[in-house]
Amino acid sequence: MQPTSHAFKENARRALDDSLLQKAMGHVRTNFIQKRAEAAARLPEFDQLRDQAKAIKDHTLAHLDLYLERYEAKVLQQGGKVHWCATAEEARQTIISICRSLGARKVTKGKSMISEEIALNDCLEAAGIEPIETDLGEYIIQLRKEPPSHIIAPAVHVNREQVEADFRRLHQELPPERPLAEASQLVHEARQVLRQRFLEADVGITGANFLIAETGSSVIVTNEGNGDLTQTLPRAHIVIASLDKVVPTLEDCATILRVLARSATGQEFSSYTTFSTGPRRPEDPDGPEEYHVVLIDNGRSAMLGTEFQDMLRCIRCGACMNHCPVYHAVGGHSYGWVYPGPMGAVLTPSLIGIEEAGHLPNASTFCGRCEAVCPMRIPLPKMMRHWREREFEQHQAPPKARFAIEAWAFFAKRPRLYRWATGLAVGILGRAGRRQGRFSSLPLAGGWTAHRELPAPAGRSFQSLWAERQGKEGRHP
Amino acid sequence: MKSREVILENLRRSLHRQPRDGAEGAVEARLLSPQRNIVPQRGQLEGEELLELFIRQATTVDATLARVSSDDEVPEAVADYLKQSNLPPRIRIAPHPDLQALPWSAKAPLLQVAEGRADPEDLVSVTPAFAGVAETGTLVLHSGAETPTTLNFLPETHVVILRASQVVGAYEEVWDLLRATYPQGLPRSVNMITGPSRTADIEQRLELGAHGPRRLHIVLIEDERSEHGQQSPQ
Repeated sequence: MQPTSHAFKENARRALDDSLLQKAMGHVRTNFIQKRAEAAARLPEFDQLRDQAKAIKDHTLAHLDLYLERYEAKVLQQGGKVHWCATAEEARQTIISICRSLGARKVTKGKSMISEEIALNDCLEAAGIEPIETDLGEYIIQLRKEPPSHIIAPAVHVNREQVEADFRRLHQELPPERPLAEASQLVHEARQVLRQRFLEADVGITGANFLIAETGSSVIVTNEGNGDLTQTLPRAHIVIASLDKVVPTLEDCATILRVLARSATGQEFSSYTTFSTGPRRPEDPDGPEEYHVVLIDNGRSAMLGTEFQDMLRCIRCGACMNHCPVYHAVGGHSYGWVYPGPMGAVLTPSLIGIEEAGHLPNASTFCGRCEAVCPMRIPLPKMMRHWREREFEQHQAPPKARFAIEAWAFFAKRPRLYRWATGLAVGILGRAGRRQGRFSSLPLAGGWTAHRELPAPAGRSFQSLWAERQGKEGRHP
Repeated sequence: MKSREVILENLRRSLHRQPRDGAEGAVEARLLSPQRNIVPQRGQLEGEELLELFIRQATTVDATLARVSSDDEVPEAVADYLKQSNLPPRIRIAPHPDLQALPWSAKAPLLQVAEGRADPEDLVSVTPAFAGVAETGTLVLHSGAETPTTLNFLPETHVVILRASQVVGAYEEVWDLLRATYPQGLPRSVNMITGPSRTADIEQRLELGAHGPRRLHIVLIEDERSEHGQQSPQ
């Protein structure tokens, strides 16, 4: 997908005026936050588990080369194949050549963010192979020819009426007068339509929530059961996963699983957690005859050992965006690439460059809720600050912003001048705004007052009020 | 093989890996003798409390459950469930000796019983379980000659026969059982199933039966309490 992250501001402005999107985003604000809070409260050990989950990933990342080698050896021992791919292009070509070796024409897919990252579907189509998304949300956005707007709820920006219209438009073989207003009817229709596709598919492609070094297994966590049908029915199962998905043991996987669903959907556990180890065994009555793991770097190895290494702990639960006021306001598409919200604001510049994605780390109020709810305790605001520093150092910040920051720095380094200047400004603004207590327009503050009023200051600066209070209490400031 | 070497080399450089820096030993040790991390208190219950937790958790996520006191009662319990759910009396059972040995024709003469992997036309499957996990009401099933995976996902209704003695507290106990039963490595597919298939992809509203089974029904055989945890699974 062609990134539009550089146009974040225009994207966001459009999103704020999109009443359908604003209606859909209301569901995120209410549902996800409450459910996660309830799930966390039900498990007294939840915060301790987060600490351990973080420690497990930190240990794994510090030994990533060794765990990946052990993981690979186990997959081979179980009859599977591992394809190491340095870039998105290499991964795409590898997947196409596996499909071609099987004469595959139709491919079913479980939901996978790495598939979006490497833009796999476009490439499959260009090679004459039909990709069929089977997760309901992914299926909806595939019909709409849209990218996902959330990492676990890809169609969260779409309203029920829109899904109904899409199904009526594209499921032409079904009777036009059928009732389709209820969510249950839409779910049932998708089930009927996709059932046939599952049975026809030559290859099934899924992502992986974890790769387990101890056993050589890939793990998927789903609620619909589409991932299991995808990987069980066709002749071959292709797992696509980035390097950072590996964990040492089943025990380590269990610890992270205990925080994953609770953080993501507020469930105690997702409906289906499936461990896949190699292809069908000689005695098995069903299952895929081939099992391939496409192991993708695409920028991860370059993040290791930098100030962005902590981002590799991410387990893609979506809690950060579910709790982000900026994400709530502008939705996932505004971020202009695959990963939205706070995790996207940190990861996207790492993967496609700060030149393209420099706005994203700025799209934050620094309220800190993302870090507070992150099950892997990733310091997202701190890393956004790192990106801002880099952007400034590389002279990519716009001239106006640079001028303002440099002007502020000039005063901030001269405390007396700073106090005098702020005292003057606060005094003038305080007097000017005394009657209304707020400004609806103000020179140089149009960016603020275009959308809301600016409260008038109290007339005196915080520092002078503080000095007076300290003086009253008989202490020197 | 080229990318493999490039990637590993990049990783080693980023990590400042030195030859014989002792890291190999730490990794080997962790993989050879996996250690448990924190196991929640609720996963450490025993006896009747453990069973009650399993039942409470499974039914909270929309599984249904019937308790019977012996194997002989299973066919009738399955037939009754189908009748209550307005389902035709036809089932596909896993070709597993425990299920084959049940007195289907004697106790549920109207039930048509076929066995093998799932056919797309099958409405109801009946399978054994490897274990039940109380902490989240999760069933653990796995693939094998006697337990086709398609039975767990294709039919609209999945009936699972579980013995009370197979219910454990925490996931970690299942890992130990799997390692003891399959020392050569995990079966191709290990399925942890917690309630029926669901989706909230349309306006965050929960709907059951997205692609997998719409109904998950557990028939719990309350075998000898004294054997709890002793009996071999399946």
